[in-house]
Amino acid sequence: MSQQERLTDTLDSREVPEDLKGLSQSALVRKRFLGHTGAIVSLVVLAFVIVLAVTSVGFGGVWHGWWKYDWKETTTILNGGHPTLSLFPPSLGEHPFGQDSIGRDYFAMTMRGAQISLLVTVMVGLISGLVGVIVGSLSGFFRGITESILMRFTDIVIIIPLLLLGAVVAFNSKANVFVLGALLGLTAWTGMARLVRGDFLTLREREFVDAARLAGASNGRIIFKHILPNAIGVITVNTTLLMSSAILLETALSYLGMGVRPPDTSLGLLISENQSAFQTRPWLFWWPGLFIVVICLSINFIGDGLRDAFDPRQKKLVLKRVKEADYDPLLEATQASALPGAPLSEIVGPPVAAGGALTTVELEEGGRR
Amino acid sequence: MASYLLRRLGVSLLILLGASFLVYVLVSVSGDPLAEYRASNKPNKDQLMQQRTELLHLNVPVVGRYFIWLSGAVKCVIPGKCDLGKTISGQPVTDALASAIPSTLQLVTTAILLAIIIGVAIGIVTALRQYSGFDYSVTFVTFLFFSLPSFWVAVLLKEFGAIRFNDFLANPTISVATAVGLGLISGVLWALIIGGTWKRRGITFAIAAVASAAVVIYLGASQWFAYPGLGPVLVAVFGAAIAVGLTVLFAGLQNRRALYSSLIMVGLGIVAMYAVRPLLDRSSTNIWTIVVLGILAVGAGLLVGWLMGGYDRGQSMKAASLTSFLVAGLVLLDRYMISWPQYVSITNGRPIGTIGAATPNLQGDFWITGLDKFSHLVLPTIALLLISLASYTRYSRASMLEVMGQDYVRTARAKGLSERVVVTRHAFRNALIPLATVVAFDIGQLLGGAVITENVFSIRGMGQLFIQGLQRQDPNPVMGFFLVVGITAVAFNLIADLAYSALDPRVRVTA
Repeated sequence: MSQQERLTDTLDSREVPEDLKGLSQSALVRKRFLGHTGAIVSLVVLAFVIVLAVTSVGFGGVWHGWWKYDWKETTTILNGGHPTLSLFPPSLGEHPFGQDSIGRDYFAMTMRGAQISLLVTVMVGLISGLVGVIVGSLSGFFRGITESILMRFTDIVIIIPLLLLGAVVAFNSKANVFVLGALLGLTAWTGMARLVRGDFLTLREREFVDAARLAGASNGRIIFKHILPNAIGVITVNTTLLMSSAILLETALSYLGMGVRPPDTSLGLLISENQSAFQTRPWLFWWPGLFIVVICLSINFIGDGLRDAFDPRQKKLVLKRVKEADYDPLLEATQASALPGAPLSEIVGPPVAAGGALTTVELEEGGRR
Repeated sequence: MASYLLRRLGVSLLILLGASFLVYVLVSVSGDPLAEYRASNKPNKDQLMQQRTELLHLNVPVVGRYFIWLSGAVKCVIPGKCDLGKTISGQPVTDALASAIPSTLQLVTTAILLAIIIGVAIGIVTALRQYSGFDYSVTFVTFLFFSLPSFWVAVLLKEFGAIRFNDFLANPTISVATAVGLGLISGVLWALIIGGTWKRRGITFAIAAVASAAVVIYLGASQWFAYPGLGPVLVAVFGAAIAVGLTVLFAGLQNRRALYSSLIMVGLGIVAMYAVRPLLDRSSTNIWTIVVLGILAVGAGLLVGWLMGGYDRGQSMKAASLTSFLVAGLVLLDRYMISWPQYVSITNGRPIGTIGAATPNLQGDFWITGLDKFSHLVLPTIALLLISLASYTRYSRASMLEVMGQDYVRTARAKGLSERVVVTRHAFRNALIPLATVVAFDIGQLLGGAVITENVFSIRGMGQLFIQGLQRQDPNPVMGFFLVVGITAVAFNLIADLAYSALDPRVRVTA
């Protein structure tokens, strides 16, 4: 049986879901992402946390939020500082998260901490995503001397301990949280750079790049218009995962006294300041930790949803079906790579725009044949 | 190959040089070693500053200082000539490293080994039962572990695993409510693990819940937590479970000879439990006694497997020797448990330690010191384990899924091999290949220690050395830490690449 026949044969024996026919790649990705319950729930939770953190205590003195207390203000301690939040009946009370030992409202403090932690997280995600994409795409596209220099530089950055950068920020009185975010962002890009480079190495050998070059496209145009859109899946997913590790990194640094320093606060710093009060005021320990876990968990689930949305290959391969029916896993490969019969190992990233848009078209043709 | 190795080594050396320079500059920016004197008003302030300036060559510009440090560090190639400078308290950094490395290794090795074994096992099982309730629950739990801040986990463990657990041990009675709660949890877990139809799950849930609640109540009533022990009955039960499990994995239950040889080893293990007791009770027992007995156990297993043999000796020998080894482990555990009450009274009823890696000035025999080490390291190990477990589970699941979809797995099924052989021989082995790289990377990071876990549990390892150096603005220990960690990381990077090309012939190292 020839390659073509075999492909047609298998294509006939599987049904393309009716509702997925004729959709553009971005529409497909959106549809798959919206179908991922965990990711959507997480997105809502994360949005809620962000809105809560930003609006409740305002930002940087520019605007005072809707919450009645400020995070620096000390008030008289009511009921030993116990949390007043109750779910049945739902009410916030005077101090929903309690008060710390000197009477500051802990809800306001946690919100301020969440703001700072989220700020660092977003900064690290954006900066390191950007640097990683630039370094990765330059070295993957130009190869040769550019690649060796950039990749050796990456190797150097990898082995610099991040804690050291925290210390640099912590012991300089002039440095603030923005410097911390920027410095961490400037060192956390190494994984991203390697992944993007790997993607570029495969993509630059594809026909659509040759076609663009023959049509007279400049290097810049090929990188930005032809290759980058194809690597967008890897980039998005990894930026998300970078952010989830960034929040853990920031809180860990602050916990060790190497990140955010008083008088400002962050979720890690709150835990570090209050861990000795676990016996007497356990809520001071629980709330910031809960917020870290919720933020990080939802970012992770969003990342997972994005991965499934961009790379349907993993999702479709259901072992039970492989075992029970004469299901052809190779078909998944051909569908994903847009190159019939391409070996699995060649598929590094999911094809999305430009060259990759072929996939749906091909499937349809295959179905008609 | 040789040229590839040489080139890689050369490049690695350059990378280390570049990185060490960057780190040196960063350390010098991160703090002023003289700060503590500048603020003080001691009468001999100037003299002290003078002393420290000379000790750390602070009168030389940063670049010059780096080369002074480097000329000392280069001498490390010659054994015994190593000079990594001194800490601000005057201790040579090499000595500080020599005491920090073993305690870090002691802590991290167990955690990483357990994480690999448990993580891979869970990953494989979830991959084989993709999109089942078990798979979804494990995925959620791994994501949760991914998202836990390590310091939070460590502090929680310290509170609940040590302080509250010690309180419980002071009066180990179990209320009915606790027993019911534990029973319900265990019921849910077993129902998820065993799976199947809803009816089957319900039955599993009921049996597991009732059985666990009964066991917990029995253990509480019989004062097991105060005077633990396995005894011949439990060794026999666990041993039989191990024997059956290993036979299923290595030979399949239809291979009766393998099953019988494993079961014989369980029987021999119970006999040995009494036979070697006088030997173990002697005060001269040390780690070598245990090692020799362990080797004997494996040897006996091999022998019994060979004698029982039949058409496929290898399978029986594998199953029997591993069963024998694990049963020997149970016997050892039982002996440790016998010393537990004595250890509890030595520690004034608070056995689980939270500070350091051992009780200072502990007097006791081999068993007591062993228990002491265990009770100090168990919590930090769990903290590390929980966090690294998640990534291994995800990696092995993804890798196993990938392999199970390959053509050669289908071929293996098509030629009529049993599912056990397909999974253990064809799929599992190949699924481990990508993991080899991950493991090598992780081992490279191993010496970096667990900065946070060491900090919370006050273990004087590499992480503590590093962070205290940073906090005291003491540059030399930080550089010493970086040198050790940098070299191991670079070396294991290289090993990871070589291992990959050795395991997967399709990958070639390019010279």
